[in-house]
Amino acid sequence: MFESLGERLQSAVHKIKGYGKITEENIGDAMREIRLALLEADVNYKVVKEFTSSVKEKALGEEVQKSIKPGDLFVKIVKDELTELLGGESTPLNTSGKPAILMLVGLQGSGKTTTIGKLAAYLRKKHAKKPLLVACDVYRPAAIDQLKQVGKSLGIEVYEEGKKDPVEISKNALAYAKENGYDYVLIDTAGRLHIDEELMLELKNLQKEIAPQEVLLVLDSMMGQDAINVIQGFHDDLNLTGVILTKLDGDTRGGVALSVRHLTHVPIKFIGVSEKLDGLEPFDPERMAGRILGMGDIISLVEKATEVIDEEEAMSTAKKMQSGKFDLNDFLKTTKQIRKLGPLENLLKMIPGASKMGLNNVQIDPKQIAHIEAIILSMTPYERKHPEVIKASRKTRIARGCGQSVQEVNKLLAQFDNMKKMMKQMTNGNMKMPF
Amino acid sequence: MGFFSKIKNVFQNEEKNKNQDVKKEVQVYEKGLTKTRENFVSRLASLTKNHKKIDEDYFDELEEILIMADIGVNTVMEFMDRLRARVRKEKIESPEDLKEVIVDELFIIYVHDDVLVNKIQYAKEGPTVLLFVGVNGVGKTTTIGKLAHQQVEAGKKVLLVAADTFRAGAVEQLKEWAKRIGADCTYKDSGSDPASVVYDGLQKAKNENYDVVLIDTAGRLQNKVNLMKELEKINRVIGSFIENAPHETLLVLDATTGQNGISQAKAFQEITNITGIVLTKLDGTAKGGIVLAIKEEVGLPVKYIGLGETKEDLQVFDIEKYIYGLFKDMM
Repeated sequence: MFESLGERLQSAVHKIKGYGKITEENIGDAMREIRLALLEADVNYKVVKEFTSSVKEKALGEEVQKSIKPGDLFVKIVKDELTELLGGESTPLNTSGKPAILMLVGLQGSGKTTTIGKLAAYLRKKHAKKPLLVACDVYRPAAIDQLKQVGKSLGIEVYEEGKKDPVEISKNALAYAKENGYDYVLIDTAGRLHIDEELMLELKNLQKEIAPQEVLLVLDSMMGQDAINVIQGFHDDLNLTGVILTKLDGDTRGGVALSVRHLTHVPIKFIGVSEKLDGLEPFDPERMAGRILGMGDIISLVEKATEVIDEEEAMSTAKKMQSGKFDLNDFLKTTKQIRKLGPLENLLKMIPGASKMGLNNVQIDPKQIAHIEAIILSMTPYERKHPEVIKASRKTRIARGCGQSVQEVNKLLAQFDNMKKMMKQMTNGNMKMPF
Repeated sequence: MGFFSKIKNVFQNEEKNKNQDVKKEVQVYEKGLTKTRENFVSRLASLTKNHKKIDEDYFDELEEILIMADIGVNTVMEFMDRLRARVRKEKIESPEDLKEVIVDELFIIYVHDDVLVNKIQYAKEGPTVLLFVGVNGVGKTTTIGKLAHQQVEAGKKVLLVAADTFRAGAVEQLKEWAKRIGADCTYKDSGSDPASVVYDGLQKAKNENYDVVLIDTAGRLQNKVNLMKELEKINRVIGSFIENAPHETLLVLDATTGQNGISQAKAFQEITNITGIVLTKLDGTAKGGIVLAIKEEVGLPVKYIGLGETKEDLQVFDIEKYIYGLFKDMM
């Protein structure tokens, strides 16, 4: 998402690294590059101005002058300032209410309905609590249908009364939630313009009547300079408690993330990173700043992996790897766990220096993994344990069974063989990383 | 006479002629763009007022105004260079005189020497096929509803094709639009292959002599390879079923979009033959300035603008009126 911004900053910073001393002249180019990169990333003009002048001031300060490696320190200044700009520390959701009430608001098409489904699924998974979705978009055609479908695919109940007054619906939903022991009530509202006085008044009334702990603005990360008018408009009327940035799985540089907190002091709480209903992540300013600068995000990667990979299974796989008994059954389990991690492109981007290794633009076809699974599943249990018995006629049968060519079967077997060899090296203690 | 005074005259003459239709159209533009204009124009006006002479401060502030309108960063930088050159060459001294040059230059960015056609290109015979593409949440389905309404009003037999089988509720949304405006709708269960819905729709259109077919597609981010391949397939199915179809492929673009708009235009242009842009949500405070950069860098013109949520809120784009709407208070 932020690759291009990160790359430009990197190349600008790289030039400075070569200098023994930082002067006003030799950072001139870098400062201009940074300015253009941020503007092209849709960072608000005023924020860019403040950012560049503050970086420049600190870079020319005494501390840097005394430092042995001014280039490294310059990178640190830029990263610290970026983190600061992104909001310092992450802010958790306030879920103190019983039930906790969360209201999602935003412009048309920002992704409220999809996000509310993701948020409910996230809360259910993280806290093992029971969420209720409330359909209060009574304007857009089929909006209620959409929420019902989202609820259905997640197995989360949706409260709706058709096209009635949103305040009325919400009040009834709250009573219903209390009666039936729901922990979270998430209210989906209609998309509206921040300058639509009538509809903004409706939101204000709704807020007054149901007193939600969280009023979250759902914001499209592709937004340009107008984002600040939208945030300010909603914030003035509703006193927002947080922002959820959506569509960050696109190639937008998402500079709006930099503007939101800085200009309004409203924290970004979540980011939407895929179209699937599990594609919501808590926003972490420091990680995001590191990611912008291309420093990678190994912490996110590790966390993500521990979350979905069954530890016991992983342990037993590791043991088998070490003892050299790793067979195709284990291989199949591993591919399934990898699939649970979500799109592999996202994982690759978290690896430090990914953009330098050219990994940021790698496209991985999820079908490839499906093909591998299909091939293994077409083998008999015996063949999976003893792949060495697979010769020509078995290969033909397997290929026919999974609809792949014999070459594909060969390729998989060769890959598996290589993997085993590599594992042996690992256990012998002279492991060499492939990169 | 600069472009600025030219359009000023055009509109004054139109008003003199009491050409009610045109006047009404201009008013809709003005109404929709009021918020857009207020910011932009009041800033340009105060820029002229606050600066007695043209100096670096003046250029800095002008650059900020243009960037804030989301006109592409490259476009603005080149624009500023050209403007500086003209100021030097033509020895322009007062900000008041430069105002006209600014509008003139903006107009040149958009128009170049192109002849811009905003009308829909209809098929000579058989159904005219219009394909709508874009990223998520830009307003594709709503735009189709509005444009189909205009076609129905013009007495055409109109078919809507619900090929967004991915997003929850998308099929229902299009069905409701069809009902609202009195058009027919081809659809399948959500989750079906969109290309097969398109195939069914086109077959129905041919057999039952529809005049216009509007095809809704799922929103897709332009960097999603598989989804872009799916769109390529849909496009291919249309082309193999009806010659020269789709007759128009319209990229729907949200006016609040920033620099990413250029990437969207480029990526969708690569997959399909985009014939124009529908710029939606221009009734907010966003200026949609990125269309100037898209026209300059990718060569795609705007054909329609969306100014609200009702079925009447779609207008044919007219660059002169657009600029007139933006600069009215300055004249």
